[in-house]
Amino acid sequence: MNKLPDKSYLNDPKGLKSWLLTRDHKRIGLMYLYAIMTAFLLGGIFAMIIRLELLSPGKDLIDADTYNQFFTLHGAIMIFLFIIPSIPAAFGNFVLPLMIGAKDVAFPRLNLASWYIYILGSLFALYSIITGAVDTGWTFYTPYSTETTTSVISMTLGVFILGFSSIFTGLNFIVTIHKLRAPGMTWFKMPLFVWALYATAIIQVLATPVLGITLILLIIERVVGIGIFDPAMGGDPVLYQHFFWFYSHPAVYIMILPGMGIISELISVFSHKKIFGYKAIAFSSLGIAFVSFLVWGHHMFVSGQSELAAMIFSFLTFFVGIPSGIKVFNWVTTMYRGSISLEAPMLYALSFLFLFTIGGLTGIFLGALSVDVHLHDTYFIVAHFHYVMMGGTVMAFLGGLHYWWPKFWGRMYSEFWARISVALIFVGFNVTFFSQFILGSQGMPRRYYNYLDQYQPLHGFSTFGSWILGLGFVVMAVYLIHAIFRGKVAGANPWGALTFEWTTPSPPPHENFDKIPTMEHGPYDYDKIVPRSTLAESD
Amino acid sequence: MDTTGTIFLPSGHSTIAGEVDALFNFILYASIVLFLLVIFLSAYFVIRYRRQKEAGLTYGKDHNIKLEIAWTLIPTILIIIVFVWGFRTYLKMHIVPKDAIEIKVTGQKWFWSFEYPEGVTSVNEIVVPEDKPVKLLMSSKDVIHSFFVPNFRIKMDVLPNRYSVTWFEATNAGEYNLFCTEFCGTGHSEMIGKVRVVSEREYAEWLQAGTAVGEGMTLEEFGAKLYTSKACITCHSIDGSVGTGPSFKGKYGETELMASGDRVKIDENYIRESILNPQAKVVAGYAPVMPTYQGVLKSREVDALIEFIKSLQEEADTENE
Repeated sequence: MNKLPDKSYLNDPKGLKSWLLTRDHKRIGLMYLYAIMTAFLLGGIFAMIIRLELLSPGKDLIDADTYNQFFTLHGAIMIFLFIIPSIPAAFGNFVLPLMIGAKDVAFPRLNLASWYIYILGSLFALYSIITGAVDTGWTFYTPYSTETTTSVISMTLGVFILGFSSIFTGLNFIVTIHKLRAPGMTWFKMPLFVWALYATAIIQVLATPVLGITLILLIIERVVGIGIFDPAMGGDPVLYQHFFWFYSHPAVYIMILPGMGIISELISVFSHKKIFGYKAIAFSSLGIAFVSFLVWGHHMFVSGQSELAAMIFSFLTFFVGIPSGIKVFNWVTTMYRGSISLEAPMLYALSFLFLFTIGGLTGIFLGALSVDVHLHDTYFIVAHFHYVMMGGTVMAFLGGLHYWWPKFWGRMYSEFWARISVALIFVGFNVTFFSQFILGSQGMPRRYYNYLDQYQPLHGFSTFGSWILGLGFVVMAVYLIHAIFRGKVAGANPWGALTFEWTTPSPPPHENFDKIPTMEHGPYDYDKIVPRSTLAESD
Repeated sequence: MDTTGTIFLPSGHSTIAGEVDALFNFILYASIVLFLLVIFLSAYFVIRYRRQKEAGLTYGKDHNIKLEIAWTLIPTILIIIVFVWGFRTYLKMHIVPKDAIEIKVTGQKWFWSFEYPEGVTSVNEIVVPEDKPVKLLMSSKDVIHSFFVPNFRIKMDVLPNRYSVTWFEATNAGEYNLFCTEFCGTGHSEMIGKVRVVSEREYAEWLQAGTAVGEGMTLEEFGAKLYTSKACITCHSIDGSVGTGPSFKGKYGETELMASGDRVKIDENYIRESILNPQAKVVAGYAPVMPTYQGVLKSREVDALIEFIKSLQEEADTENE
């Protein structure tokens, strides 16, 4: 098997119009992938400039106002345009129907609409950037966001519109998972990535409207002058914080749950081992989704909320940590007596284990009330959420990208360069962000353009790390694009995995399967089946 | 209780610091143990169970109820300890001792001002006696700020529509940094003040001196002192370099173009108006962001600042000759 199939979703039917009007979930997934990678590049460029500016105190490159805009844009782009849609919209769209043995998602037209809405929302964000950007931080806290002269309205309107794209995707996935599973695939025979997408979709549908309403209220306040949040007009800025975090904390789990789903797949496939504690992992996804709605107040321990509220939020915050801990232990135990191969996707899964564990444990510092008072709004927080979001979600995303890349294109990337790249990213990430834990606990506040000399050595170290990290991504871009055109033909099942998407050719045909597959074994039955890898042996 | 600094924490100089640091360190050590457990087991499994040339069936056990109960229960117990411990200290941070000295704190873009019960005011420097509890009654004149003293382990948001309260008892004489930790715009990272902890005797002397307005100084010397102590220095340089606001150097007597298009001569009246009502005439090219000093400066202090700005003109003239 060293020839691509003649007809696949990539070339059947042909033409730009067939792509722009496609209802094929695989094409929409790929179009999402292009869009979010563009956003990731843009957000990454802002990050590199921010780090360069922080190399030494005072002005190195840009002035204070530009700096404030750049860190806001970095955050807003990475969160709303990249991480939230990344795994669900790009991989979820491509993989979910394949994984459950369906021809497509339940509502293909709604799916295409969600992509266009994403593009429309992004255009509003882009318009904001061109017309003076935003300098509020990605959280748009009032009353600063009501007062600032930057173009807050087009950015928040963009985020409002992006919310609909997220809701459409979530709705689509819930119905697809309920209705379109292949014969024999009961709830507890679904791959864990599907469970993770299901839990995520519930949060997307239930929480996103609250953000939409909050941002509309903010826009009304700015445009019409009705006082809702601005005390000068009789409003309350703390109310904004409650509304904002009521969405944005569950949104953290919109970002991390799908990543956890990918890790469950990767650890099992690359260990050729039945996943340990399948039900515990599935239920902990649902448990996290539920409790995530009840912990928003931990963003406000120093905002002046009552001690009672702080106590309850602190307690529930610890409670939400337990299911994440259980998942980590399950993943580690899955490797016990497995048959482990260390290809690029598995290296990303192991990076995830390392970094996400640090991210999770440092969350305990922040959940503890007295310690949070010291660490709140310092670089410790910056380091913590980068370990969870980048060390967690982005590592899982990259693991998924390398895992499903041969399925997208039918071709394999260079394993050698992939290993170089994962090493650079892992080292660069830790150099960049571990130093920030120390900076923060030493008292360095976040969102500072200038800083005291005593913090310079660690800032310098962190900036140096960002160059290693950036280099890792450049290497990745080169070998991945090269693989699309020149990569070795991968075959249907290069990793020897047992889930449905690997039973159909790579790249898959227009309607996924020649005939709808039936469930003959569980997704992780490596104790009953020895799968054969179809990747040609040459290195 | 005092604590010495570690790689993670700066030295602690308030009564609460010891408790916060103890919990910080407890979580740190527990985390290191858990982290090493996860990493060593992963590394061991990866090495021990590396795939051989011929892949075969793998071990089938996918649950172990005792193990699963253990790894749910032990972390749960640990976090309950951390939760209770953190909450108890947090309560102490919120219950202000009755005999505390009450100082009024005002945050505004981009400086801190303090008002003492004796009527003394200061900007960007809060002076407190050691071993005495100090209550801070805080509010903001514009957006949200946050009052953070790393060495005391205290932080509290400062809001525009309500008072927020925090307190501390400093245990060591010295100077400590005060940061704003809620993003507040262009000068956010310049909104840095000092907490100066002194002996009770020095504190009394300082209050005494504060009630007198620049006695024993010429107006120009007093103005030079106010230039730093009232935070003009944050935005206005005296060496000609451009900051958030125009430099003071060589401006007196010049005619400047305003944002409105008018040309205005920089004289005593213009400077006075710009201090008390900064938005009235803004120099072209600068954002109208200066806060008013109405109520912050006494009239002799305004006079002193004008005199100081005039003196910078004379210096500029001498350089040009």
